[in-house]
Amino acid sequence: MELFNGALDVPEILKRWYIEEAESNYGAFIPFIGTVRDEDGIDGLSFDIYEPILEKWFNSWVEKAKDRGAIVKLAHSKGDVLLHESSYISAVFSPKRRVALELIDEFVEDFKANAPIWKYDLIDGKRVYAESRSQKISGSGLLN
Amino acid sequence: MVVVEFLGPIAKDSIELDVSSLDEVSQELKKDSELNEWLEKCAVAINDEIVMERDITLQSGDRVSLLPPVCGG
Repeated sequence: MELFNGALDVPEILKRWYIEEAESNYGAFIPFIGTVRDEDGIDGLSFDIYEPILEKWFNSWVEKAKDRGAIVKLAHSKGDVLLHESSYISAVFSPKRRVALELIDEFVEDFKANAPIWKYDLIDGKRVYAESRSQKISGSGLLN
Repeated sequence: MVVVEFLGPIAKDSIELDVSSLDEVSQELKKDSELNEWLEKCAVAINDEIVMERDITLQSGDRVSLLPPVCGG
């Protein structure tokens, strides 16, 4: 798992991961890259991350992937990421395509639902919490 | 004392509470009208482990974190 201040250098990360696993005998490598779109008049996005719990969340996926003979990798931005820059890469390597195709779907969806990362729209130099696009983590409302 | 921290967009400094259960944390936080609206939306972690039940005893030095709705990516 890799966290970066600001936008990701996508070609550098993908190349490095590709080379890291080039001789690991994985037949399939599926990256998912998240890029900031120009919509609703935003100047970009900004992210807060709570790293201790993100690390645990990621490690649980390392184990799940291992049980299926696969590995997962993750890169994410902290702070501001501007339009058309990328803030997120998840990737799966597996021996055969089927596991990688299924795992990348589950990995990205669970990331969206449970990774402790908060997104803000950058509008006129201010950070506005993207609450309407956010999801409650499993178990929310415990103290209500 | 138990430390309660508010992550992400809640924008509130950590507080210390003299409590011995998660239930008491809930009772204390409900006294703060600004926090009330967050309680229904937030997940809870104790010492960085997300918990799913409220019937938990706390010890002095424990850290309770409130995690509002997330949107990575």
